[in-house]
Amino acid sequence: MQELLPYLINGISVGGQYALIAIGYTLVYGILRLINFAHGDVFMVAGLVMVYATTSMPFYIALPLVLIATVILGFVIERVAYKPLRSAPRMSLMISAIGVSYLIQNLAFYITGGVPQPVSNPIPWISENVTILGASTKRVTLVTPVLTILLVVALVYLINHTKIGMAMRAAAKDFETAQLMGIKINAVISMTFVIGSFLAAVGSMLYFTNYPSVAITSGGMPGLKAFVAAVFGGIGSIPGAVVGAFIIGLCEEIIKGLGYTTFSDAFTFALLIVVLCVKPTGLFGEKVTDKV
Amino acid sequence: MLKIENLHVNYGGIQALRGISLEVPDGKIVTLIGANGAGKSTTLRTITGLVKAASGSIQWNGEELLGKSIDKIVTSGIAMSPEGRRVFPDMTVLENLKIGAYLRKDKAEIEKDIKWVYSLFPRLEERSWQLAGTLSGGEQQMLAVGRALMSRPKLMMLDEPSLGLAPLVVQDIFSIIREINRQGVTVLLIEQNANMALKIADLAYVLETGTITMSGTGAELLADERVKEAYLGKNS
Repeated sequence: MQELLPYLINGISVGGQYALIAIGYTLVYGILRLINFAHGDVFMVAGLVMVYATTSMPFYIALPLVLIATVILGFVIERVAYKPLRSAPRMSLMISAIGVSYLIQNLAFYITGGVPQPVSNPIPWISENVTILGASTKRVTLVTPVLTILLVVALVYLINHTKIGMAMRAAAKDFETAQLMGIKINAVISMTFVIGSFLAAVGSMLYFTNYPSVAITSGGMPGLKAFVAAVFGGIGSIPGAVVGAFIIGLCEEIIKGLGYTTFSDAFTFALLIVVLCVKPTGLFGEKVTDKV
Repeated sequence: MLKIENLHVNYGGIQALRGISLEVPDGKIVTLIGANGAGKSTTLRTITGLVKAASGSIQWNGEELLGKSIDKIVTSGIAMSPEGRRVFPDMTVLENLKIGAYLRKDKAEIEKDIKWVYSLFPRLEERSWQLAGTLSGGEQQMLAVGRALMSRPKLMMLDEPSLGLAPLVVQDIFSIIREINRQGVTVLLIEQNANMALKIADLAYVLETGTITMSGTGAELLADERVKEAYLGKNS
């Protein structure tokens, strides 16, 4: 048990990071029925911006800047690549998303020259080492799950108890009727991309603090894992995405702790296959309420 | 007053409306009857801005509605209860009503209007915390009407409110439509149940494959031989 403890702590932390990304997938899917393949790359861009910003300015300016830049990126992607396809078949939207993903990666390649950008202690306090229950870890490992839970609680409150949240729920169910209520559908969709990108930016800063460098493909793996988490939890469901992400994070780290590190990624994708075969709607999948 | 002139709409590759003109005078109940696919729903959807017109004009109290966004049209006092009710199934009855007042900011007045809707539909008050998806068809229709009323419209458009409902429930809904009208809301009603609609209508139009073929008072059309034959069943 004592040997596994660091892995468990790590698992919860990784789970929190996956959760912050997974919410972006699930929110966008809920409203547009689109798997936003560019989301992992938005996550990567947030990491790059953090590297550039923290090396040239104090972190209390750099970090808000990362959030703002990422949010703007998410907003622009939606306006440029998805909004013109509002009435197009869903497949076109998905192809557009894949295109955006490649575009971002190649732009990042152009800017970085393909060289992984080293991460050097971007946020001072959270990179310090602490000891918990005899296990030594970085403070970010403890901060991540707490911050994740706080953000999720805030998001759930926003969705269930505010006017924009009500509009988001209405639009997710029925575009046309939501419009008849006077809801501006494009504003609501932009809002979901803004929220998703914001959370991905937070996740990105926490994630890359623990990594030596940010490469242009760094968004790929965490993005895919978070996507699996969203599907596992039931895509479209926020609690589902969070629970799914924590379970996957924990399982991966436990597998590593047991000495099967090679299989930890394979486990996640095997899980995806099993979920899709056995219960495609996931843990908290959308009930199908037929529109009469 | 709502005044439609020479309205053409192409919808899904067909000419859904081929130059219709009609008027909805303030304070009246106006009905549009016709068979499936005649263009009734398209007419309402064009008025709300969900469907774009090819040409023509829709004047609302002298203002052109064509080209305006849906939220502007709702704010100008036009609300619609859509075909098939389309309540938000996983929101409560109360939330459904609140979302009907989405564009309004006067909280106290919204509360007052919720009470008003509850007084029109006491059943909704009993079920205010229930999810709308669990209501019966008739209750969902009441909710759809109540939700549309929450924007405090001057013109209320109803698309097939009797669809799929038991005759007794249909009577309830129609008596409420009358009541709403008595309280000063203009009503534009679309129905396949021509008999019921013509009975309460001040003014009626018959729509056939995108053109208006007849118009008159509700009583006139009820007595018209051609209407009887086509829409009422000969012996009714």
